Amino acid sequence: MINHEAGDDRRVTATASFSSASRLERTLKAGYFAVTSELAPPDSANPEDVYARARVFDGYVDSMNATDGSGANCHMSSVAMCALLSRIGYDTVMQVSCRDRNRIALQGDVVGAAALGVNNILCLTGDGVQVGDHPEAKPVFDLDSMSLLEVIAGLRDKQMFVSGRKITDPPRVFLGAAENPFVPPLDFRPYRLAKKIAAGAQFFQMQYCFDLPRFATFMARSRDLGLLEKCFILPGVGPLASARAANWMRHHVPGVHIPDAVIKRLEGAQDQKQEGRQICIEMIQQLREIQGVSGVHIMAHRQESAVAEIIEKSGVLRERQPWFPGSDPLPEERHDVQRDHSLSFCTGRLS
Amino acid sequence: MYSIRRWVVRHARSVETAYRMFEPVVIKLAPFWNWVGYQRAEKPVGQVEKLSKELLFDCKMCGQCVLSATGMSCPMNCPKSMRNGPCGGVLQNGHCEVLPDKRCVWVDAWEGSQKMQGGDQIHAVQLPVDHRLQGSSSWLRVARKSSDDAPHNNQEGRDD
Ligand code: SF4
Repeated sequence: MINHEAGDDRRVTATASFSSASRLERTLKAGYFAVTSELAPPDSANPEDVYARARVFDGYVDSMNATDGSGANCHMSSVAMCALLSRIGYDTVMQVSCRDRNRIALQGDVVGAAALGVNNILCLTGDGVQVGDHPEAKPVFDLDSMSLLEVIAGLRDKQMFVSGRKITDPPRVFLGAAENPFVPPLDFRPYRLAKKIAAGAQFFQMQYCFDLPRFATFMARSRDLGLLEKCFILPGVGPLASARAANWMRHHVPGVHIPDAVIKRLEGAQDQKQEGRQICIEMIQQLREIQGVSGVHIMAHRQESAVAEIIEKSGVLRERQPWFPGSDPLPEERHDVQRDHSLSFCTGRLS
Repeated sequence: MYSIRRWVVRHARSVETAYRMFEPVVIKLAPFWNWVGYQRAEKPVGQVEKLSKELLFDCKMCGQCVLSATGMSCPMNCPKSMRNGPCGGVLQNGHCEVLPDKRCVWVDAWEGSQKMQGGDQIHAVQLPVDHRLQGSSSWLRVARKSSDDAPHNNQEGRDD
């Protein structure tokens, strides 16, 4: 069994430098098993709708992903959600998709988001417009996820726009990408991971894992290619609501691969919803044992309220409690911090 | 044409060989292009390139050809213009998420690259597309670039 709390080489080497003020980056580089979750954006301009959605994860997740028109449906933008949440001190992952914006808009958004307190960015290509609620829209795809990574890494490290123009204060962000080890061409997927690392990806949040053997093969191949020391991998998990829902997902959500055995197990259960959560818990525990898995990314669409219980039961956090508003002890209660330094509490503190 | 495009990928090795024989010819003609003027050569050469590559690869004349790095499967046929590999939405049968009756351009690209001698090029990260080059000839660009890069030209110092 792999002990994530110790013995991870990255712990020694990678903590030497941080590319952002991200709490997620610190958690991963300290060798803890990280938990992130997907935050569904509201169809509303009320900030309270965002806060209410975030609150259900309090104390259970290290960072929350604000989706960017996922499924090509229109909602509140990811940059706005992240900006609202970072006001309170939450760590967020801003998802950026290439579907709706060209390189001018994308770079402007990234620089602006960093100014608003966004520390993590997940670079995505994005679903095609045909699956969403505006199929008549013009798909942009000026960049692909790979070149988006390169462009943002350039903003941060070379302090330059693609045009070569200088940026005085670069966006200090922890860069992420997605990968789907479960769809063809399967042999190419580990190489694609390598390519994304070369383009600048530091962490990966992956598609739903329901097929453990397929994932294990992908990880073994990635290990052989020497990729596991170069990035942090968080496979995706999520509770299936019922056998019917699973079947629907399989046929309607691009990129989701659910083996027959999983559907059979759900069909055979008395309480399918509960069984779906149990499958999710077991999956998290099994994933944790795979070498190179640094955490999990939970996507519990319409079952957000179940996430806390799933994480609790999986036991992956051990004694650790991720930051949430109010979990910071008051400055006077902390004897390790002098009073005049008390304002620096907000970033990067592990609980 | 779709069926020809698929045939080309299945025979990526031979197509690669043919291309490798053809490329030096275009490059060797650099003095000729210089004499004609690249601007004037653009139209006729671009026409020939367009006709032949449209037929073989469903080429979209992006002007910065990457076929040698994509298993001879033109990535501009991907509805998301992915130039660096497949997206995460590929269907289990290897078809495209957006155009479910067609094979993913990148499933083909991977297969093609495995047959090619220079298949390793698929691992290189491709830069974003320069949209100004849309419609222009990649062949002339290659010819021009290699004549510009040639050492004797550098020594002469072309400051025109
Ligand atoms: S990569 Fe560009 S030039 Fe090459 S075949 Fe495709 S569209 Fe044509």
